[in-house]
Amino acid sequence: MSTAAEVTLVDFDDVLASYDPAMGLEVHVELNTVTKMFCGCPTEFGAEPNTQVCPTCLGLPGAMPVVNAKAVESAIRIGLALNCEIAEWCRFARKNYFYPDMPKNFQTSQYDEPIAFEGFMDVDIPLEGGGTETFRVEIERAHMEEDTGKSLHVGGATGRIHGADHSLVDYNRAGIPLIEIVTKPIMGSREKAPAIAKAYVAQLRELIVALGVSDARMDQGSIRADVNLSLAPKDQGGLGTRSETKNVNSLRSVERAVRYEMQRHAGILDAGGSILQETRHWHEDTGITTSGREKSDAEDYRYFPEPDLVPVAPSREWVEELRATMPENPTVKKARLQAEWGFTDLEMRDTVGAGAFGLVEETIAAGATPQSARKWWLSDMARRANESGTDIADLGVSPAQVAEVQALVDAKTINDKLARQVFDGLIAGEGTPEEIIAARGLAVVSDDGALGAAVDVAIAANPDVADKIRDGKVAAAGALIGAVMKEMKGQADAARVRELILERLA
Amino acid sequence: MSDLIKQTAAQMAAALADGTTTSVELTQAHLDRIAAVDGAIHAYLHVDGEGALAQAAASDARRSAGTPAGDLDGIPIAVKDVLATQGLPTTCGSKILEGWIPPYDATVVAKLKAAGLPILGKTNMDEFAMGSSTEHSAYGPTHNPWDLDRIPGGSGGGSAAAVAAFEAPFALGTDTGGSIRQPGAVTGTVGVKPTYGGVSRYGLVALANSLDQVGPVTRTVLDSALLHELIGGHDPRDSTSVDAPVPGLVAAATQGADGDLSGLKVGVIKELGGEGYQAGVQQRFQESVDHLVAMGAEVVEVSCPSFVHALAAYYLILPAEASSNLAKFDAMRYGLRVFPEGVDSPSAEEVMRASRDAGFGDEVKRRIILGTYALSSGYYDAYYGQAQKVRTLISRDFEAAFGQADVLLSPTAPTTAFKLGEKLDDPIAMYLNDLATIPANLAGVPGISLPSGLADEDGLPAGVQMLAPALADDRLYRVGAALEVALTEKWGGPLLDRAPDLTGASA
Ligand SMILES: [Zn+2]
Repeated sequence: MSTAAEVTLVDFDDVLASYDPAMGLEVHVELNTVTKMFCGCPTEFGAEPNTQVCPTCLGLPGAMPVVNAKAVESAIRIGLALNCEIAEWCRFARKNYFYPDMPKNFQTSQYDEPIAFEGFMDVDIPLEGGGTETFRVEIERAHMEEDTGKSLHVGGATGRIHGADHSLVDYNRAGIPLIEIVTKPIMGSREKAPAIAKAYVAQLRELIVALGVSDARMDQGSIRADVNLSLAPKDQGGLGTRSETKNVNSLRSVERAVRYEMQRHAGILDAGGSILQETRHWHEDTGITTSGREKSDAEDYRYFPEPDLVPVAPSREWVEELRATMPENPTVKKARLQAEWGFTDLEMRDTVGAGAFGLVEETIAAGATPQSARKWWLSDMARRANESGTDIADLGVSPAQVAEVQALVDAKTINDKLARQVFDGLIAGEGTPEEIIAARGLAVVSDDGALGAAVDVAIAANPDVADKIRDGKVAAAGALIGAVMKEMKGQADAARVRELILERLA
Repeated sequence: MSDLIKQTAAQMAAALADGTTTSVELTQAHLDRIAAVDGAIHAYLHVDGEGALAQAAASDARRSAGTPAGDLDGIPIAVKDVLATQGLPTTCGSKILEGWIPPYDATVVAKLKAAGLPILGKTNMDEFAMGSSTEHSAYGPTHNPWDLDRIPGGSGGGSAAAVAAFEAPFALGTDTGGSIRQPGAVTGTVGVKPTYGGVSRYGLVALANSLDQVGPVTRTVLDSALLHELIGGHDPRDSTSVDAPVPGLVAAATQGADGDLSGLKVGVIKELGGEGYQAGVQQRFQESVDHLVAMGAEVVEVSCPSFVHALAAYYLILPAEASSNLAKFDAMRYGLRVFPEGVDSPSAEEVMRASRDAGFGDEVKRRIILGTYALSSGYYDAYYGQAQKVRTLISRDFEAAFGQADVLLSPTAPTTAFKLGEKLDDPIAMYLNDLATIPANLAGVPGISLPSGLADEDGLPAGVQMLAPALADDRLYRVGAALEVALTEKWGGPLLDRAPDLTGASA
């Protein structure tokens, strides 16, 4: 296994001076169907290991698959949203390879007959100086398949199979429906390659959310991205040898992984080396990739049509019916909501750029004003996400909670500063906003007696300031307000403090 | 031998209905027979006496209460060991599944249980149904009741031998390239491969999914019809099962027994006969044709030129599907687990390799290698792809032939039962046994084999095969029953009456 120490990373600008990047993105979307792809087992996340299994998804001898019609419907809807053709007739195929977490040692997938193909997505890339640029990502195919089980390697330091004492397999995930969406090689992205990759996955995620076909939680693995990257000598066309970085599980990591692989490839190529075609693992914590198994073109999955299933032949009437019930296109929807919310172009761009568009939308739907929703997500939450390196959507604060906290601010139960502490509590899992306020004693002091006493103390301690205010220099009140707030440990309504000061010094 | 067990299933049904016997009595009689002769025959891999008697007692209780579950309630049955039976071992004749007890029933087994048929046990077979002699069973071969030194056919030699030796009134078999029909032919019994999709495959441990079918193994055409009607029909758990009602099979068998075949056109398949077919088999076949003519049928010769490629196509499609099906036997979740010798803490892959090496027999390994090769990139089009094209051509041959005839006719197998061990080292010679039965599986059409008599040169049973268009299984029962009546009359009783009495025999 290669380590960070052996890798020479070339400065990003220097990569672009010598090479053109080409990307391919493969995104697996776990559908939120009630049952699995080929059996009636439930798909709920987080159940006790091996409690959501049956002969079919355990691959017991003799068991047979039956296609989940709802999964086919979701696949068609995803295909339509990606402007794809929908196959009139397609089949499942067996992808044969041995792995302990795969019950049948073949994955029932689709090979040369995907349910959806030849589509595109117009991705909005934020520009340095504001505004956005649209980049078209061509979609090669979207196909249906089943997920594998999950291995847990016990013992050993790394949690990986090497060095483990033994391994356990949970088959609850085996057979959960997946849609794999594969782009055509993305060429000409140049310095925007990392941003395009991130924006593509982010927009795809939004689309999946809008369709309602998946939980779309990257942190729980319900959306997983594989990043294929290669470099070719600049301006000479063609494709270099690619690496396949697996399971990049946050938007931020998609961007970082592309950037890292570009720098790593360039380091090898500059040194006269050649790129090994292999799968690589992305390490969220260290921000590097390490070698997985070597994967040559010779790896042979021996695909053939699944003989236990009949072809899927969605009628054109059904496809048109589904097309007619498609949710609003996210781009059109963004323009509409920007007008509705009264956001400037810059505010809108920042919102989208922070991956907070959907969160803001849901927060407003939960009762907050557009500006307060934007304020919390873009100032407070975006900072927290940045600091902790998590996706803003995965912080542990929901849009409904943001709206609830803002309502408490509006009711003067807390102020903005206390609200931030409520969010701290929410992220730490301390309960509901009301519970956190009670437990942490965060409610503002509205008792004029206590406040009045603090005001008197402040006036007495700052006679110069008091005189200025008496002389009509009301702006000087800020210093006294600050002293009172400090005394009250922030748990006071600043506006009320100001009123009390001005009353006393009138 | 108890007269009780010499009855047909239809006669047993009547005896149970009028109270002249009970299910416990019938079941016990068969268990006694098994105890007496199965040491010599080895038709069973597992006998469930206790379970069968409990089911029989429950059946008798239903009869007494006037609420039998159906006409066959209480008639015991044997089940090929390739069908999943909840609580009963299911090995598929392989070491790799030794000790595995399925937690669920195959749909056909569930149907047997729901209809009240006590399950006597699981019958022997070539490992994972790969073979034509039952010699490839990891648990030792089954012996032909007509001559213990000879093979009972395969892969379902256990079911056919059990029925021929009166160790069961009837049995379930499976047919991928002839595994019901060819054992039927060489044991003097009746076997039917239904239309593909006519009977649920859920719980049938797949050999080749696109070829496999479950079907009846019996002593008479009517018994096959009774069992076929019971197990047939659409199953939502098998996507390839046909969502159409089972045609009236028992009615067709009853009608056929009248012996009037006027207006029927019978096609004799030119490519399935002549060179390579034993003289005595040909002779009995010709007599069967003559009987049909005597009953009013018109006989024409039909040509199916693509059939000459059937064997080659079959031995690409079958191993391809099988190589993938058998990948699941990896010692991770069930079945045999072998740790490699001299390896301290073996990896999962090393355990898989050691277990598969120890658990699979030679014929299984041979076909896994063949299938893996045929599916490999670069070879797929030349092998698997070509084989699928041949399959289409064979279907077209059938279509053309069924344009000329209502049913098609051929000998079931080219020879009578050969000696144990005779062809074990010559896979191609073994494969040739299924020459006549394979086309039906490739095209998905139904077929029946029934006894045509004993070959003059060796005194062993030969079989005649009839094929019908997909979903026209009823035609097989009508014509089969007619021929059976004519032949039985000629023989002066059932052919099996001439089989040796096995009492006192030992292997
Ligand atoms: Zn399941």
